[in-house]
Amino acid sequence: MARSGAAKRETRAATVPEKIPVRLNVNGSEMALTVAPWTTLLDALRDHLDLTGTKKGCDHGQCGACTVLVDGRRINSCLTLAVMKEGAEITTIEGLARDGELHPLQQAFIDHDAFQCGYCTSGQICSAAGLIAEGKAKTADEIRELMSGNICRCGAYPNIVAAIQQAMERS
Amino acid sequence: MTPFQYARASDVADAIKQIATDPSARFIAGGTNLLDLIKYDVTAPTKLIDISRLPLGNVEQTATGGVMIGALVPNSDLAYHPLIEERYPLLSRAILAGASQQLRNMASTGGNLVQRTRCFYFYDATTPCNKREPGSGCSAVDGINRINAILGTSESCIATHPSDMCVALAAIEAIVHVTGPAGTRTIAIADFHRLPGNTPQRDTNLEPDEIITAVELPPKGFSANYSYLKIRDRLSYAFALVSVAAALELDGDTIKDARVALGGVAHKPWRSSAAEVVLRGQRADASAFANAADILLRGARGFGHNDFKIGLARRAIVRTLSQAARGTPQSISDKKIR
Repeated sequence: MARSGAAKRETRAATVPEKIPVRLNVNGSEMALTVAPWTTLLDALRDHLDLTGTKKGCDHGQCGACTVLVDGRRINSCLTLAVMKEGAEITTIEGLARDGELHPLQQAFIDHDAFQCGYCTSGQICSAAGLIAEGKAKTADEIRELMSGNICRCGAYPNIVAAIQQAMERS
Repeated sequence: MTPFQYARASDVADAIKQIATDPSARFIAGGTNLLDLIKYDVTAPTKLIDISRLPLGNVEQTATGGVMIGALVPNSDLAYHPLIEERYPLLSRAILAGASQQLRNMASTGGNLVQRTRCFYFYDATTPCNKREPGSGCSAVDGINRINAILGTSESCIATHPSDMCVALAAIEAIVHVTGPAGTRTIAIADFHRLPGNTPQRDTNLEPDEIITAVELPPKGFSANYSYLKIRDRLSYAFALVSVAAALELDGDTIKDARVALGGVAHKPWRSSAAEVVLRGQRADASAFANAADILLRGARGFGHNDFKIGLARRAIVRTLSQAARGTPQSISDKKIR
């Protein structure tokens, strides 16, 4: 049915808004792309820049699989328009390793077997990187609370918390 | 998403000018609610006006001893701001009880105020909903209404306002500063959100061509005796079934001033001046709190699945006021309710 939405779309089909050029610094590289205004940062990363490490889970800000760092802060890329991030520095899971060395969080997730299917993992790791930078979580309870925006359907939570604790101790 | 145009506002005056020329345009700041609504086909603006770069990002003390919060201050920055943590810890705790850190990093102070009310049917564009399509009927009254309102409802709508931040702002009696074509004005937080009545499509008294520029906190922050208790279906990252913001000013055991605001139970943060008046001069104990709870919940009505909220709210009010009186506010991370 989708009555109102469908009706509005028909009356508007004749004038599709133009695409807009956007500059983003993604994982240290300057990227210039041209996107429709409604392109989310998530879709820009995956479909325009072929950075498919960032996952689309719910696409509604409810699961955290799309978490990336924008200017050092963790956000949901599915609820962010790419055009709004003109000039921003984006870090995705592909940008965490340095010179072939895994990021401490990536190594900790391996050490603690902190994933099963792996679909939420890039979001978990980017979120944990943001969490460590914020410096608000000290205890396991606080890690659980401040990581609650990342859902793991496999239920690897105890191992995820242990992995984050390891990375926090070494950072 | 339904296609829309995009433009950036260069300053507040430009933002107002742009929205005036296009009634179906919307401002976007954090986007956490608006983009979700567009994806669900609940709303379909023709144009988004990006206000996220406007210079409304400061938190400053006012000359009268309060605090002025810029409308674009992210929820996370506000919750952790030293002035808020020290002087308005109730607000800090309430913000941290809401959403996730990712969303709090994106969501703005002004955007939190104008997030749409919640109801499964409002978000499901295939069902009748008076809020989404005025006159089409309410699917929730006889539907799955576990999350819906018990106070201030109308035949048209039983949706709830989902904000935690606004519940604390209601208790603190914040003032919303807005600018429109006619100039600036202020709106008391109690008058900002609306009850559904027969116009549930309007959540707030902000005019479509107005923009929120700041939220002002009065000097009194109740930093000694406060608590924010949020009851939900999981321990974090879920909307409130019932939440309570309690703030007390005590003289020994005697209540000098009291504020109680409820979340998750109405179309707006719910307060009762009668309940607060009756607390003044009383000994801060469970019987006084239970009496206040009964007054706050006067007229409460369930719709089947949400009947439990009435009893839950009553107990939550007593518990939260007790926590406030003891000076032991509900912890954010330790989920035990003491």
